[in-house]
Amino acid sequence: MEKLLLLGDEAIAQAAIDAGLSGIFGYPGTPSTEIIEYIQASKEAKGKNIRSSWASNEKTAMEAALGMSYAGKRAMFTCKHVGMNVAADPFMNSAITGVNGGLVYISADDPSMHSSQDEQDSRYYALWAKIPILEPSNQQEAYDMIHEAFELSEKFRLPVMLRITTRLAHSRAGVVIRKDKREQNQIAIPENPKQFILLPVNARRQYKELLAKQDGLELESKNSSFNKYIDGENKSLGVIACGLAYNYLMENFTQTKCPYPILKIAQYPIPTEMVNKMYQECDSILVLEEGQPLFEEKLKGFLNNGKKIMGRLDGTLTVDGELNPAKVGKALGLEVSEGFEVPSIVAPRPPKLCEGCPHADTYKALNEVMADFSKGRVFADIGCYTLGALPPYNAINTTVDMGASITMAKGASEAGFQPAVAVIGDSTFTHSGMTGLLDCVVDNTPVTIIILDNSITAMTGSQKSNATGRIESICEGIGVAKEHIRVITPLKKFHQENVNVLKEEIAYQGVSVVIPRRECLVWLNKKRKEEKQKQKQQE
Amino acid sequence: MKIDIILCGVGGMGALSTAAIISQAALDMGLYMKQAETHGMAQRGGDVQSHLRLSDKEIASDLIPDGQCDIILSVEPMEALRYLPYLNKEEGWVITNENPFINIPNYPEKEEVLAEVKKVKNSIVFNADKIALDLGNPKGTNMVVLGAASKYLKIDIEKLEKAINDTFGRKGEEVVMANINALRAGREVADKI
Repeated sequence: MEKLLLLGDEAIAQAAIDAGLSGIFGYPGTPSTEIIEYIQASKEAKGKNIRSSWASNEKTAMEAALGMSYAGKRAMFTCKHVGMNVAADPFMNSAITGVNGGLVYISADDPSMHSSQDEQDSRYYALWAKIPILEPSNQQEAYDMIHEAFELSEKFRLPVMLRITTRLAHSRAGVVIRKDKREQNQIAIPENPKQFILLPVNARRQYKELLAKQDGLELESKNSSFNKYIDGENKSLGVIACGLAYNYLMENFTQTKCPYPILKIAQYPIPTEMVNKMYQECDSILVLEEGQPLFEEKLKGFLNNGKKIMGRLDGTLTVDGELNPAKVGKALGLEVSEGFEVPSIVAPRPPKLCEGCPHADTYKALNEVMADFSKGRVFADIGCYTLGALPPYNAINTTVDMGASITMAKGASEAGFQPAVAVIGDSTFTHSGMTGLLDCVVDNTPVTIIILDNSITAMTGSQKSNATGRIESICEGIGVAKEHIRVITPLKKFHQENVNVLKEEIAYQGVSVVIPRRECLVWLNKKRKEEKQKQKQQE
Repeated sequence: MKIDIILCGVGGMGALSTAAIISQAALDMGLYMKQAETHGMAQRGGDVQSHLRLSDKEIASDLIPDGQCDIILSVEPMEALRYLPYLNKEEGWVITNENPFINIPNYPEKEEVLAEVKKVKNSIVFNADKIALDLGNPKGTNMVVLGAASKYLKIDIEKLEKAINDTFGRKGEEVVMANINALRAGREVADKI
């Protein structure tokens, strides 16, 4: 029995390799990034020729995964929860096409927003699309569920979602690895030549097929070894624990057995029969979910005229934020242990730009230029440079979603609020900035777009950026005038020069692009260390 | 056997590598373990923490419940205070380096911070930076603190040394020995108390 020490993310990656994966597709996003990184670093994956490079964004990634499935091979897609929004179009429609080779979508949600701009529960997406969800409670389940997910996907010819959250993604545990590894599929196009042609006439038929599969999927949930009904003597309360919440429930019963019946849910669609059994047997129900109250809402219903349902909606638990053992213990009416309070002198230590970060030099120059205008003109984006919102920089005014800097600056400029400046990272630019830039060029909107090129996707831990070496040619190709594509070096010694360039381009009544270019220091150090090590090994 | 540890510090100070070494040792001993850590945005000069749980029985939660942590092991004194809500008030230990890492304008007075740490019933507050520096290993503070904590970890120091060897082996013998020496020097501090 081989046991490896793996992050939840890594357990998923290793399981996919073992389940006969041919390719993985995704864009970096905390807490999902380590899944693809593991496969990129795996010698086994390399030996099996599993493709794993980063896509430009989640939509292109998911479509490529669907294409690999079309060709008959097993494919996997990964993203953080907000990436599901970017991929929503292929996501919803892939439920209608169905799959050929097994196709598994991983969404890593981030309740409590440790590294995110919102809390979304990706289970809503999967229920909406009417595809099965697997929601592991621990690393071993995550490993085992990937095998199950590919089997389910090929059996029902549907994509399957595996939904995890931060605490599982970024927590390590020993995982037992299977010996019986599956071979990859051979190339084989779908038997039905119309399956992937979503003309209305085909789509209507396919949608009916999807609807017809629902009873079978629910039966799978009912028979799933991941869903369990654990009986208890005290029927005054029944506890439904979804995914990771099951761990927090069990943490409250390490010394004694839980007196209440427990329904552990880790596979959806919701197994109605099991829920009904609990509803019939118990006087009231407590629903524990790591995320939004999806299950609770359904159980409670619009009128809430049945038995008492407790959870996030009635204040038994907080509506927002992740769960923990104490929150769950209190919800059960248990006495929970407490530590000391945090002394009042403890100051927060928010994340900030690293010492010597190129973005800092850019912001210093930009702040000097923008001091000539009224406030509120800098539209920024998602990345390390979002930290420019904090002191001492206070340099940016918006951060909404990937690419929104350019398009929001455009809208503001069109409202007459000029000058309007966009600040976007190199990787974010190729993720979702290019189409916005085209809109600006088509309308010749006066905007200045600062593309911070540190030659890496820095925030998520130095992943390769698809923009590297291509930014000027992309901008020129989209139609920005060559003389208004300016490259500067964000260093103290060029400060005045950089201020001048920014001033000139901001004064220009059209689309201009300024590219501050200097490598991310974290990445540079990492690269140097790796090179040193390589040298040592060669010696 | 069951032990819950919080490892903390500021991004880049080695709190997460300490966690990796204890985990490796625990895995070698055939213990169950769970280790939850901070990734992503928070790592940029912000506070980082890792919940490390070891047990001879299966572990349910990835997070340590409030008031049940056995050891807070910190490379920075104010960071040790941040996680006091997790500490077992009666039996928990705080073991921390005494030198502040100041990258914020409103860092409190050092004396006040150390006084707060010493309010905890069981604490070891010492100049781990200096010990590491004297050994010619200025980056070894985290290993010195781990050494001091090793007395209370319920893990043999030999196991930790083997884990250091396994973890840093590819970086060469020199790095391994520097870290092992830091570990041993930290242990001496705890043994003298």
